[in-house]
This record gives sequence, structure tokens and C-alpha cells, in this order.
Amino acid sequence: MTNKSSNKLFEGPLISEALRQSFVKLNPRIMLRNPVMFTVEIGTVIMLAVCIWIYAGEKSQGGLGYNLAIFVILLFTVLFANFAEAIAEARGKAQANSLRKTREETPAKWVQPVGDIFTDEVKIIPSSRLKKDDVFLCETGDIIPMDGEIIEGIATIDESAITGESAPVIREAGGDKSSVTGGTKVLSDRIKVRVTTAPGESFLDKMIALVEGASRQKTPNEIALTILLASFTLIFLIVCVTLKPFSDYANTPITIAALVSLYVCLIPTTIGGLLSSIGIAGMDRALRANVITKSGKAVETAGDLDTLLLDKTGTITIGNRKATNFYPANGIDPKFFTETAVLSSLADETPEGKSIVELGKLNPASFNLDHSTFIPFTAETRSSGVNLSDGAKVRKGAFDAIRNQVVKAGYPFPKETEERVRMISSNGGTPLVVSRNSQALGVIELQDIIKPGIQERFERLRRMGVKTVMVTGDNPLTAKFIAEKAGVDDFIAEAKPEDKMNYIRKEQQGGKLVAMMGDGTNDAPALAQADVGVAMNSGTQAAKEAGNMVDLDNDPTKLIEIVEIGKQLLMTRGTLTTFSIANDVAKYFAIVPALFIVSIPSLQALNIMHLKSAESAILSAVIFNAIIIPLLIPLALKGVAYRPIGASALLRRNLLIYGLGGIIAPFIGIKLIDLLLGLFM
Amino acid sequence: MSTELTGIVVTFLLTILLAYPLGRYIARMYAGEKTLLDFLNPAERFIYRICRIDPNQPMNWKEFLKAMLTINLLWLVYAFFIFLYQSHLPLNPDGNPDMTPDLSFNTAISFLVNCNLQDYSGETGVTYLTQLFVITFLQFVSAATGIACLVGFLNGLRAKTTDNLGNFWSIFTKTITRILLPLCVVIAVLLAFNGTPASFAAKDKIITLQGDTVQVSRGPAAGMIAIKHLGTNGGGWFGANSAHPLENPNYFTNMLEIIVQVLIPMGMIFAMGFYIKRKKFARTIFWVMTVGFLCLAIPTIITEIHGNPEIAHMGVAQPTGAMEGKEVRFGPAASGYWSILTTVISTGSVNAMHDSFMPISGLMQLLGMLVNAFYGGCGVGILNYFIYIIIAVFISGLMVGRTPEFMGHKVEAREVKIAALVTLLSAFIIKGGTALAAYYFVYHGNADWAVKPNAWLNNPGYHGFSEMLYQYTSSNANNGSGYEGLADNNPFWNITAGFAMILGRYLPIIGPVAIVGLMAKKKYVPESAGTLRVDSLTFGTMTFAVIIIITALSYFPPLVLGPIAEYLGMH
Repeated sequence: MTNKSSNKLFEGPLISEALRQSFVKLNPRIMLRNPVMFTVEIGTVIMLAVCIWIYAGEKSQGGLGYNLAIFVILLFTVLFANFAEAIAEARGKAQANSLRKTREETPAKWVQPVGDIFTDEVKIIPSSRLKKDDVFLCETGDIIPMDGEIIEGIATIDESAITGESAPVIREAGGDKSSVTGGTKVLSDRIKVRVTTAPGESFLDKMIALVEGASRQKTPNEIALTILLASFTLIFLIVCVTLKPFSDYANTPITIAALVSLYVCLIPTTIGGLLSSIGIAGMDRALRANVITKSGKAVETAGDLDTLLLDKTGTITIGNRKATNFYPANGIDPKFFTETAVLSSLADETPEGKSIVELGKLNPASFNLDHSTFIPFTAETRSSGVNLSDGAKVRKGAFDAIRNQVVKAGYPFPKETEERVRMISSNGGTPLVVSRNSQALGVIELQDIIKPGIQERFERLRRMGVKTVMVTGDNPLTAKFIAEKAGVDDFIAEAKPEDKMNYIRKEQQGGKLVAMMGDGTNDAPALAQADVGVAMNSGTQAAKEAGNMVDLDNDPTKLIEIVEIGKQLLMTRGTLTTFSIANDVAKYFAIVPALFIVSIPSLQALNIMHLKSAESAILSAVIFNAIIIPLLIPLALKGVAYRPIGASALLRRNLLIYGLGGIIAPFIGIKLIDLLLGLFM
Repeated sequence: MSTELTGIVVTFLLTILLAYPLGRYIARMYAGEKTLLDFLNPAERFIYRICRIDPNQPMNWKEFLKAMLTINLLWLVYAFFIFLYQSHLPLNPDGNPDMTPDLSFNTAISFLVNCNLQDYSGETGVTYLTQLFVITFLQFVSAATGIACLVGFLNGLRAKTTDNLGNFWSIFTKTITRILLPLCVVIAVLLAFNGTPASFAAKDKIITLQGDTVQVSRGPAAGMIAIKHLGTNGGGWFGANSAHPLENPNYFTNMLEIIVQVLIPMGMIFAMGFYIKRKKFARTIFWVMTVGFLCLAIPTIITEIHGNPEIAHMGVAQPTGAMEGKEVRFGPAASGYWSILTTVISTGSVNAMHDSFMPISGLMQLLGMLVNAFYGGCGVGILNYFIYIIIAVFISGLMVGRTPEFMGHKVEAREVKIAALVTLLSAFIIKGGTALAAYYFVYHGNADWAVKPNAWLNNPGYHGFSEMLYQYTSSNANNGSGYEGLADNNPFWNITAGFAMILGRYLPIIGPVAIVGLMAKKKYVPESAGTLRVDSLTFGTMTFAVIIIITALSYFPPLVLGPIAEYLGMH
């Protein structure tokens, strides 16, 4: 659904809502949040007063039409800025609402509690009436009405409504895959789910609140930039206020309209008007990438990340390891070995076990397994297998576990198998040794398949200055091989949950910002410790609470996109600030000669744009200043493209485009507007 | 190349050649490594003992600044009262009078803050006692204060994370004993051998070839003239400053004085590189400052060599360039070079009258003081430059997609707030002051004051506006040079310029030290490929652009109404 949603920046209903909001936001109490634009609003009011004054007969302030024009342009400047914020809000809200809508109007099969015993008496109520800790039932074909945790049963679920991914997923009670999301559909089986969030408190609700003006807090960086912009505003206020005595000294009367226009043109209205929309658009872009952020700060922090912790499985490698080769020991018939290997794995439900059966290409039905007992894998024996009806004991397991068994039984362990085991390990594979009646028969090679294109993504991260760390339960040898092959910078092998935590702490002590992605409850402390913790939507509630972002797609490589979104957000602020300030050069050259055209004719040499008249020069500058805001709204919403070309090169590029461009563009723009005005004036 | 230009180039190259080893020495000295002057150790220990100072006691940024401000306040009170009663004190062979309270206020602040704006004339306004024990004393300690604050600032950058900026007292003492005093002895001796007076005798009388009787002021001037330049103070022994034949007798002393006044500002840049072990960073700053300086100096020198267009209109040839207000023994090129160097650093001594320079040169002098960070004053130049760095770091940090950081420390709202405040302050002082003066000139021209506002200006029109603008710019930049056309010895100018000087001195010192103090406490972020390198040429260019843009945008209108209008009117 989200993926299908339009990527067009402006849609009809959004625009009309944003237009309405542009006027609502004229309320001075709301405007006060944005000091730069607030002063423009004051300037607008002053111009209105001047117009009335002239209407009442004042002669010294120029014509009514001219003053009225300035007033209208200033009003539009404020409205444009409001519109920029409103459209960003509207887009974010629309995006979040479309996700939320699905779940509100779904009928829920509420399981009525009778005392402490849950009966199966089910009542159908609208999902909006479900409260936290209520239990509901979902059967094949039902839409899950609310976020929750499965307390009973297992089901395949179509999450395409949220993630856009068509392959169904399995969710079951207990463990790390117990979480379900409202709006998704049960494809088979039946589950009981306990509601985990109170209505209005889900992550989406929080996100909508973040996007909406009321509870949106400025991020630290936004505050710092606002301070800088406010100080520029004050500098230009001083410029304009002191201009009055200066011009008195020079015997040049300056009209209020000219002073207010100069002021509005000089203060950084472009970035001032777009600042809040840039922040909202950042969260909105995250949402479009199917990531729900719990604070604007998290997006900003993402741009600064130094270290990414990534799980190997599913991120760097495709799914799980697969069996790729059978290596029988010397003197063992390959066919017999294959048969034994398959036999050892028939009852093994793990993906590795299944892949062994697949690789054997034997029909499982051809094995006679009557009266056989399966021996499941335990951490103690570190092997699994089957005891056949004829008394034969087939085992497969880790090299040292099987070797112990073999040696204990008094058999020699084949040299070539041992050699092969070492070779497989050093190639990043996992060796599984197969034994029959405590005699080693040979070894199965399991290999990780590295995701195509992952090396390029890591290379891109490296050029951004982000270090990637692979977390895996594999032994160090295997881990090192995969790490090298995939191009990650570091790895944590034989990782226990606390290892992640320790690694994050260690990096943070060195001053680095760390991000990690996790889903399990045992990831929660590390998610909370990380500067950016991305919980997968399929993960447990604890994980989702601990992180500061939730990825609806459960896609671990999403971190890369999040980093880019964060960088784009900061870059958009920086470049538009530069652009806004650089614009002032041209505006000075337009307005200052116009102010003194009568008393100091020699200053006409500064009118390098050859603007027609003083009034047309001032009008052109103010009009340019106003229309540049809506012209830049698309850039503010989409963000400045990030290129991992190194900080200095990036700075040069952006300085050239937005700095030099910011100096040149208004010269052209103001001249064009002046030519256009010349047709009417 | 003409001899005049060769002289300038040689002077400039000599300056760099001397500043580099000095910087190396300074860094070694503050780092506590072995230097030639270690034999002074007992003398310093003696000073610490009688002052009851523990030179190893660490100070955080607040304690550091508190120590600096306290002792400065003490000196202010001391200077104010001595000027007020100087005629009753010894060493006054010429019988010069007391200062008026407003003049005393202005003069005490002026020397305390390293500005040396002189609303009096040395020959008649002060006594030998105040020249030596107030003015020369303050010239030493104000220079040492600036340098000590820079060293404290550098201590914050030197460690990855620290709370300790070093001990103000010990840094301050060492600055005087190991840098200022030894160098001054050498310079003063060189000056004295070239004819600068160094005696306590009163005025002398000579009869010129025309038969006029002339009173010639003298005094123990050589030492004061040495520290006046070395400490970027600029206040002259005589009213005419270094244009006076006894203060600056010949081309050699002219070279000496122009070299030594920029020696410490330039040397401190190199010292910074060695001291905080970021030589490339220091080199980048040096080049940015040098390019900035040349951008101002070259147009000035060319303009002055070409002469005055108004005179050319009258059909008068000017083979020696614009000579009004200049000394024949120096010529327009050396005077132009001096006028820019003395305004980019905060010396403000003059070897020609700035009031008489061409409008373009006046514009360049003003820009030098408005920027106040191309080399800049003793210690404070780098502190001023740092404010521009913070703003450049903030904007360009954003432009490369990271929250901004400087040398491993995040630049956040508090740091930006302080930097913004300091930037705002100078705009406020300079334009606010000029606006106030213009207002009184226009609306209260006949106010019943000692000097009526409408009699302030020697020249009406644009040049008169430049005179007022120059006075506040010079005060705020703690430069101290002036357009002599302005009648500035009256309560209005004494008091307003006094406040401009005091604000323009301490806030730009407190700001950077506080920023570094705050940043040094934050955790250290190691550099990565995504970090903006502050020692790169790109960042140097960015800082340069920030300096130009901020200065141009803040001061465009007054500059247009002053020197630019004057220039356009002439052509």
C-alpha cells in the first residue's frame, strides 16, 4: 500500500488542506515558533498600517498602489512559508493515516474474559473498541485488527499491506516472531492475540503526533540553526534600523516600505520559511521507506552514524546456510554417504537440515523409518540424528562433537576428513560431520550465500565514513571469511546478545554513534543502548519499545537508507541556509542604489542589474524573495541528494551549487522580474 | 619592480621568516619544553611566591576567565585614577595637566583593552610617569592578556577531553617574561640607536633654518614604542604616532616597526600548529589570513601610488603618488602597506594620516578592522577568527550531512549561540554607535556640549560619515587608529567609544574561550571519512567566504554611504 502510494509531491486534497492551514498558521502565537517568519509577519502588519495611513492622506510614503503591492507580496511571503510547512505536515499525516486507516474499521473477534478463564465465546466488535491487554481471535482470511502479540497458535500472515512484500510470513506464539501488526491478513490457521498498545498510543499514532505541529519538538540541530538564523535576522534588523539615521545624515528620506522591504529581503526568509518543512519531510521520507521514527532527533542522528551493527543472517547472506557439497571419507561409497547424510537430516526441521535433504536429491519416502527414533539437537551433544530400527546410530554435528564420539568409541578419525573440515571452515563454510555407529563417514559442506550487491552497499557506506560490523554466531574463522567476502569492516563472531551490547558500549566510549537492528527480546537492551536502534516490525514488543525506529519491512539493509535520509535532512538545511544568505548579495545591489537614487546619483554605478526604477527594483527584490520559497518547496520535501564522495568534495560541490548559485540566481531572477514589471509599470 | 615595492615585499618576507621560528619557540615554551630562556625560571618562581600563585593549579574556563577579568578590572581602576591626578605626581617635567574624567575613562579603557585610541596628544596630555607606569605597563599586560587567553583556548583544543585550560597567572607571567620583555629589549635598543629618544629630560628647544623656535617633546620613548608595536597596541608616545620623526626616524625603523607589530600575531598562528599538533590546520589559517590581507593591501598600495584623481583633474602631475598626509621618507607604497597591516592586526599605529588616504584605501582599512581576524591582534586575532570558524563549521557541517563538529567536538546550540552573539555584538556596536553619532549630528547639531555635534566633523559629506564610522570600527576592533578629522576629545566620543572598546574587547575573548571550554568537556568524536576536515583548503575557502559574506552583508549600507559614495563621486 505504501509502496503504491503516489510519489507526487502535490496532490489535490493535500493542497487544499495545506492552503487552509497556511491561513490558520497566520496566528501570531503559532508564528512565534519561527522567529524569522514572525518578524516578516510584523513587517506585513506595518505595511498594512502604512497603506491605511496613506489612504488617510499621508503624502511622504509614496503611492498607495506601490505600498499595497509591497503589503500583498509580504503577506504572500508569510503564506508561502506557512504553506511549505503545511504541505509537509499534510503529506506526513496522509502517509501515516493511510497506514492507520486499515486497522480502525476492521471487525475484531473479541474473546470475552469470564473471570480469569478465557472462554471461546467470541463477540465481534469494531477494532477501535479494543483496549490494551484485550485478547482477540484471528482465523483464516481475517484482517488483524490491532497490533499485538500472539499468545496461542501459529499462522501464516500476509503482511503485504504494510510492507509491500508478497511472500507470506509465519508468526507463532512465544519466541521472537510473535508480534503481529494491525492491517495484515491471516492466510492460514488460527491465532489468539493479546493487544499490546492502547488505542492512540501505537507507533503510528506517535509518528502522526510528531508530524503535527502541536507536539513536534525542535531537534537540537534545528534549535542551533534557528539561533543562527535569528542572529542573522537581528544583524539585518540593525542594518535597517541604523539606515534611518544614516540616510538622514545623507539627506535622503527613505520610505517605510523601502526599509521594510530591505529588511524582509535580507533576513533569511528562504531557509526560515522552509526549515520546519525540511524536518517534517525527513520523517516523511523515513515513513515512505517504511520506517516509523519515534523522534525527529533519531533521523538526524542517523546522518551522523559511525558504526552499523548488522546481523549476518538475512542481511549480509541470503536467509540461512545451504548444503553445497558432500565429501565422503576415503573408502566410503559416495552414494552410501549421501544416503546417510540425508537420513541424518530427515527429521531435522532447521533450514540447514532441509537443504541437506534437498542436495541429496533422494526421495524421502524411499527410506524406511518405522521404529526409528529421532535424536534432536541439544546444546550438550551438539549433534542430532536418528537411531534406526536395525540399531544403527546415525549422527551429524559439529566437527569436535562428532570427533569426541568417534575417538571415545576407539575409532580413528579419518585424516582427509579432518583436512576437509579445516578447508571448509577456512573458506567460510560450515562443516557438518556425519557418523554411523560412531565411525566418521565424511563431511557435509554448508555455505552462506552472500546477497548480490551487498558489497557495493558496504562500499558506499565506507565512503560515507560509516563502519559496518557483522554480528554472527559463527566461529571466528567462518565469520572472518564472510566478513572479507562481503566487505564489512569488522565482525563479532560467536556473538552472544551481551556481546552486541559490549561492542556498542565500546564504540560509544570512543565517541562514536552506533546503530543496530534487532528483533528479539534479547536485543532490547542493545537496541536501547544504540544511538539509533531499529526494531523490526516482526520483532517482539520489547524490541520495538527499546528502539527508536521500527522498520515495517523487516529489512536489515534499511539502515543504509536511514543513514542517507538523515544526511539528506542535514544537507538540505545547510544548503538552503547557504542559498538564502548568498541571495542577499544581489538584493543589496538591487535595493541600496534604489534607496539613494535621488540624493546620491553616483551610486547608480552600483545598479549593475540596470533595474528600471527605484520602485520596480524594490518590488522585484521582494517578489523574488517571496516566490523563491514555493519554488524551493519540492527541494525541501525531497531533500538534497547525498553523494558519498567524501566530505570535502561534497562541500565543494554544494558550495558551488548553492553558494555560488545562490549569489548568481537572484541577479537573473530579479532582472527578469524587473523586465516583466516594466511591461505593466 | 620599483624600490618602493621591493621594500614592501622584502619586509613581508622577512616578517614570515622571523615569525616562523618565533612560533616554534612560543609553542615549545608553553608546552614546557626546554628553551633558551629557561634561566628565567627562578625569577618566575619568585614572582609566583610573592603573588602567592600556584602555577600548576588547573583552571576550568570559568575560573580562567574570572582570573583574567578580575585583574583587568583592577588595572582599569588603577589607570583611571592615575590619569585623573597625573599633574600632582612626579615625572612631569613639562607640567602637563590632569585628564578630565571622561578622557581618563576613555584613555584607561583604551590602553587596558589593547586598543590605544588616543583622544589626547602624547606631548601635552600625559606625563612621563603615566606614559611609563600606566600606558607602557598596560601595553605589556594587555598584550599578555590576549596571548594568555589564546593559550588557554589552545589548551582546550590540545587535549581530547579536558576541563583544564591551564593556569591563567602562570601563562600570563611567562608571556611577559619569556616573549614580550626579551623581544622588547632588543627592539628598544635598535630604535634608540636609530634616534628614538630614551631620556627623562623635558622638552628641548630648536631654532629651524627659517628662524622659528620649536619646542620638541622628548622622553623615555624607545621602550614604549617597542611594546607598542610588539604588543599590537599602537598608542604613540607622540601625538603623530609613527609618522613623528622621533618615533619612527628612518626607513629601517619603519621596517622594524612594521615587522615587529605583526610578528606575534603571525607567530601565534605557527605556534598554534606546533602546540596543538595540527600544523596543517595552522598552515591553512595562515594562508586564508594572508590572502585576506593581500586582498586589502594590494588595492590600497596601487591606489596610493596612482595618486589623487581630483588633483589629476586639475592637471597636476603626481609622480610620487598621493602624498597628502604622508611622510616623504616612507612614500605612498610603504605607507599604504603599513596602513593595512596596522588595521588588519589591532595595532593602529600610523606612519601616515589615514584621514588623507584615498577612499578605496579608507574602505580597505575599514574592512581590515571590521574583519579583525586577518592575523589580528596579539592572541585575539585567532580568537576572532575562531568565531568565523564556528559559523563556517556549522553551515558546512550541515552541507556534508553531519551534525557539525570541530576537532572532534560537536558544535551545538550553545556554541552557536555564543558565536552568533559575538558576531551580532560588533555589528551592533559599530552601526549603533555610528547611527547615534549621525543622529546627534543631524538633529542635535547645536547641543550645548564642549564641542557641538555639528562641529565634530572636519569634512562634511561622505568623508565625514567615514570619520564617524571609522572611530567606532576602530574602537570595536580595539585598533586605535583614527581619522584625525574627527574632534573626538569630548564626552560624547570619549564615553561612547569607551564602551565600544570595552565590549569589543572582552566579549570576543570570553566567547571563544567559553566555546572551547564547553566543547572540551564534551566527548571526543574521532574523525571518519564523513567528517569535514577543518584543515583542508576547501574549508579554508569556506571560512574565507563566511568572513567576506558576513562582513559585506553586515556593513554594506554604511560602507556605501561612506567610502564607496566618496569613491564613486570622485570617478
